[in-house]
Amino acid sequence: MKRFGPVLVVVLTIFAIWYVGSFLMNRTWVMDQAARAGTDPGFTEVLRDTMNQDRAKLPAPHQVAAELYDGVVNKKVTSKRSLVYHGFITFQTTMAGFVLGIVAGVVLAVAIVLSRFADLTLMPWAIISQTIPVVALAPMIVVLANAAGAGSLLVPKAIIAGYLSFFPVLVSMVAGLRSPGGMQLDLLRTYGASPGQVFWKLRLPASLPYFFASLKIAVAASLVGTIVGELPTGAISGLGARMLIGSQFGNPMIMWSALFAAAILAAMLIWIVSGIEKIAVRMMGGGQT
Amino acid sequence: MNGQPSLVLRIGLPLGFGIAVLVLWELFVVTFDIPRAILPAPSEIWAAIQRSTEILWVDWVQTVLKGALTGLVIGAVAGFAAALAIDRVDFLRRGLLPVANFVAALPIVGVAPIMVMWFGFDWQSKAAVVVVMVFFPILVNTLAGLAATDRMQRDLMRTYSANHTQTLGKLRLPAAMPFIFNGLKISATLALIGAIVAEYFGSPTKGMGFRISTEVGRLGIDMVWAEIAVSALTGTVLYGFVVLIERWVTFWHPSQRRSR
Repeated sequence: MKRFGPVLVVVLTIFAIWYVGSFLMNRTWVMDQAARAGTDPGFTEVLRDTMNQDRAKLPAPHQVAAELYDGVVNKKVTSKRSLVYHGFITFQTTMAGFVLGIVAGVVLAVAIVLSRFADLTLMPWAIISQTIPVVALAPMIVVLANAAGAGSLLVPKAIIAGYLSFFPVLVSMVAGLRSPGGMQLDLLRTYGASPGQVFWKLRLPASLPYFFASLKIAVAASLVGTIVGELPTGAISGLGARMLIGSQFGNPMIMWSALFAAAILAAMLIWIVSGIEKIAVRMMGGGQT
Repeated sequence: MNGQPSLVLRIGLPLGFGIAVLVLWELFVVTFDIPRAILPAPSEIWAAIQRSTEILWVDWVQTVLKGALTGLVIGAVAGFAAALAIDRVDFLRRGLLPVANFVAALPIVGVAPIMVMWFGFDWQSKAAVVVVMVFFPILVNTLAGLAATDRMQRDLMRTYSANHTQTLGKLRLPAAMPFIFNGLKISATLALIGAIVAEYFGSPTKGMGFRISTEVGRLGIDMVWAEIAVSALTGTVLYGFVVLIERWVTFWHPSQRRSR
């Protein structure tokens, strides 16, 4: 309770500010309508009208919650208006990008740790690759993937997601593979271990905690990459595409529900990955104090 | 494996790799006769850059100067100030830190359409997206940095009878600098992404995101690559700039010391 008390207060305060914000931002429209109709609404009427607009500037929390509930529960899962359907498309791409990012990150990290040449050549470019805004590259990745015969949008979107998620894995794995100290390396040398044995029996096991720690960041980055990838690529399904559709039709409820669906998806992914991390740490004998 | 590699190697190897990629790209396009609408050769992209410097400059001012940098500065200052305020009240720190940590992991790019609806098509909405995206990484990192001093150091300050401001200015802020710069590095790349993403949701007839989406539609792929080149260069320079300031501010930190 001591830990949750302050968090609860903060969250409630955020909701209170949100309601006040909804009232203030939506009032203009209500007042305009009233002036046009020639009426002079009292405070309670204004309050009621600001909380239930279809095209509110800032929809009130309960409106967003209702829209989310509607999109998740009331629509059939196969429906194009179901948030579960769009969420699943985004989830699929996020996972594909996540796997791609892990593979690329681990392979590059191994190359960088084993070869001094790769370290000097590739590491600066790995950093530079993250300073390039992916959104700019996204349409070109789609064009190139199509030219290479990818067929669907899943491949280019997964590449964009992988582009963002490989970096945290790479950085952590390089640190992890280099974490064994001189003592441990020397011990293996006295055993007459070959470089391959040093890698498999010492460096790789030592890097696992680092690897799992990086997965949380990587999965969040992969989701961001997927949503960004859905925007300029002409996608029609997925949460990012949903936001774009809401924006084009001027329907704020679609944008807000898609935004919150994405947030919920992110929370679930991070929760699952940290669960896996905890199990893995326990299996490796860590975490028991 | 003896010590630090020479400066020539550290710059020459990555540079050589970059040039090799460009040369291979050029050869690949020429030998396989790839249509320009799919992948233009580097030489054609360079020609496009020279041909339309003026457009690129206008787009750059719109997206980078007005959108990304304005938002980055406002968001960084706001995040930093909020962190200082939260840090003073223990209750806020315990309540807000988990929330901020959670929000920092969410796909905040999603607020882009909402900001465009609130602030219109021009650069103000782009800056607003960047402010929201940058705020949380800076806030979280600054708070983590302010907590990075240990008990002994703070007790030492107390024996000097230093007040809150003095402890902050002389001990805790300097100790927080590596964390703050970490947040700034993340923010520098997020700022460009945010500014360009927001342009996909509506923009005046200039800006890098606008140009990219319209030129893709017109199959002006060389122009798209020209914009990519400019954005890549901008992102790298911005990041490098943050690293330079970091070296200058946190020269005392172990990670910045050169082996002599």
